[in-house]
Amino acid sequence: MNHQKSTLEQQYVLFKLDNEFYGIDILQVETIEKVMDITRVPHALPYVQGVINLRGEVVPVINLRKRFNLPEAAFDEESRIIIISIEDMIVGLLVDSSSEVIQLEDGDIDEAPELGDQKDKGYIKGIGKKEDRIIILLDLKKILGITDSNE
Amino acid sequence: MMDMGQYLEIFIEESKENLQNMNQSLLDLENNYGDKSILNDIFRVAHTLKGMSSTMGFSKVASLTHEMENVLQALRNNEIPTSEKIIDLLFECLDILEEYINEISNTGDEGDLESNHLIKKLNNVMSTNIELSITESSDEEIPAISSEILIEAEEFSKSIVEKAALEGYNGYRIKIELNPNCMLKSARAFIIFNTIERDCEILKSNPPVEDIEDEKFDTSFELIILTRMAQEELKRELCGISEVENVLIEKIILKEYSTRTDQQEVENKLSLEIEESMDEDEDKRQSKTKKPKVGKTVRVDIDRLDNLMNLVSELIIIKTRLEDIDDDGRKQNMNEAIEYLERITTSLHDAVMKVRMVPIERVFNRFPRMIRDLSKELGKEISLFMSGEETEVDRTVIDEIGDPLIHLIRNSIDHGIEDPETRKRFGKPDAGTVKLIAYPDGNSVVIEVEDDGQGINIDRVKAKALEKGIITKEQSDTMDEKEAIHLLFHAGFSTADKISDISGRGVGLDVVKTKIESLGGIVEVQTIKNKGSKFIIRLPLTLAIIQALLVNIGTEKYAIPLNSIKEIITIKTASIRKVQNQEVVLYRNHTLPILRMNKILHVDREEPAKEDLTVVVVKKGDKTAGFVVDSLIGQQEIVIKSLGKFLSGIKVIAGATILGNGQVALIVDTNSLF
Repeated sequence: MNHQKSTLEQQYVLFKLDNEFYGIDILQVETIEKVMDITRVPHALPYVQGVINLRGEVVPVINLRKRFNLPEAAFDEESRIIIISIEDMIVGLLVDSSSEVIQLEDGDIDEAPELGDQKDKGYIKGIGKKEDRIIILLDLKKILGITDSNE
Repeated sequence: MMDMGQYLEIFIEESKENLQNMNQSLLDLENNYGDKSILNDIFRVAHTLKGMSSTMGFSKVASLTHEMENVLQALRNNEIPTSEKIIDLLFECLDILEEYINEISNTGDEGDLESNHLIKKLNNVMSTNIELSITESSDEEIPAISSEILIEAEEFSKSIVEKAALEGYNGYRIKIELNPNCMLKSARAFIIFNTIERDCEILKSNPPVEDIEDEKFDTSFELIILTRMAQEELKRELCGISEVENVLIEKIILKEYSTRTDQQEVENKLSLEIEESMDEDEDKRQSKTKKPKVGKTVRVDIDRLDNLMNLVSELIIIKTRLEDIDDDGRKQNMNEAIEYLERITTSLHDAVMKVRMVPIERVFNRFPRMIRDLSKELGKEISLFMSGEETEVDRTVIDEIGDPLIHLIRNSIDHGIEDPETRKRFGKPDAGTVKLIAYPDGNSVVIEVEDDGQGINIDRVKAKALEKGIITKEQSDTMDEKEAIHLLFHAGFSTADKISDISGRGVGLDVVKTKIESLGGIVEVQTIKNKGSKFIIRLPLTLAIIQALLVNIGTEKYAIPLNSIKEIITIKTASIRKVQNQEVVLYRNHTLPILRMNKILHVDREEPAKEDLTVVVVKKGDKTAGFVVDSLIGQQEIVIKSLGKFLSGIKVIAGATILGNGQVALIVDTNSLF
């Protein structure tokens, strides 16, 4: 595993959210699911959409639109839940669509721009460029608030 | 260095078990000074620990156990008498060993803790009794062979040599030295073995036979054999083999049987002693048959068990699904299939739960020692009475229940039981009694901690609570006994006038209560002034699968654990009154607080103006409250699933479960709503 990581190329799962492309490290992705029945969880954080039954396991789902303060949208045929596994946590990310895996080399990735909303920038690990597309690479730990709770 | 990581866990587990055994044996020894079988048990444990720790490279543990072994050996051979001082010292050693093992399990290293003072003390015990041992040793032949082999010989002597001696066989210990220039040592050893085996039986060889075959020995090896041959004959035979440099043969003399051996010169005094020890032996054999069988444990990776648990839960989900299909009730076969499936899932569930069940003995075991120490420390005489140690509880409970119980017992001894003079004045026996009783009761396990002390002084509790500002003067005046006792569980409450080491550190019963509630249990207190008090802990038998009532709230479905439901009632909307912004109804002459589930769970919906309301009455301890739900679905066996790390610590929701249709329903934690 370590060998794969140390190569210059890394694979990212690409997804779309409010017409922007985002990418997350493929090693953190377990599966991608179609949207299923989501049970609302009272008293949870506002961006927690609820929990789903993922083959017998109860998995919380985060609505990324809400997490990024983007306008809400109804689910459709394209909507997906990306199941990620990070630090023993299994969490689903609700996104508009996801269909692609791309490879990015180190040279394809720029640092996150200093400009803009500092709060939002926290989630961004870097900016990937591929075939005229700009891909926002996400830092999942920050999205899940893992570092927040440690601080 | 070799990688010992994979053995470390086994080492720690086994060491803990061994130390627990030693603890038990030491306590037994305290009541039966000089009992050989107990001393043997302790010795064996010390020896095992020594062996294991030196293999693992934990030299401090090894050297301490080595010294303990020496003392125990002397005790066993009656070279020094068993005394309270020595038992205390052995207990001290045990504590240090426990600390070492804990340190090892935490950090993988023995740590800086020193045990030199104990080693010195152990040595002192030996040296002050040295003269005694010399005079005694002149009676017996002290074997020249290392103590290591002596032990094994004695272990054998217990069974085989004993029997063999009756049939006319003699046990010998043989040390064979080969010529240092011997070329094919293993071949030579093979010839020697063959020669011996013609007329004798080899019981034991040091080093083991495999090692000798692989030439993993220097020039000498030792054997323990059984034979009818005379010593001289045997020696002649062995010396006849070429390249054998020296043969040393010693007869294994069992004290018990030395009268039967050629040792006529044994003094009368000694033979008296022998007879005594034979009697003792008889007793010992009898007591051995009575001894409870040591439970063989299987260590199973908890992950694997959890996996098994998951499989079972899926089976249950399928069962529920099948039940749903069957609604039209046409197919007979379907019914049978469901029944079968139900039977399987039930027994599978039981089987898996049993794997997770551990006798509560594991927790109870440490208490006799604790009571012993506490009673010494406080100058209160206390006898501990335990029953129901075989009651089985979930493994998770075992790990968690220890601390609360320790706390309650300490509490009983420190606050409950009076000092001997006071007890005398009340006409109670000098020794206070603490009872620790466990028993299964329906779907739960009950653990009671009872003392015959002074009971809880309600007035003092109230005064203390008032002083600490937990309650107001009016509250104190109107408060009944039960409510006052509940104050004990209030955070930061402690009635001990002087803070002792034992309890009253301010982190009192509230911690106990929180812990037990986190296990899904409850604590109750019963107390009678000057007669004693009783803490009753009630824990659910299983933690993973429960009976629950499913209800509709708006469009959502929720599960309420059945064991917390008292009853389900229908009330008229018109009968609801408001008292200090809290809705209540008068039900069976009691005011019942009414809580709206849809508000608690933030369910958005139009409040339909209904005439009748369905209310689920939920109890917690002796408090009750009514929860308004929209409609009832029914009772169902549900599998509790955690919401996962990300959603941990969420209010009101205890977990989730998966319904027959695959939907997730949340479980309401009614306890948190009071």
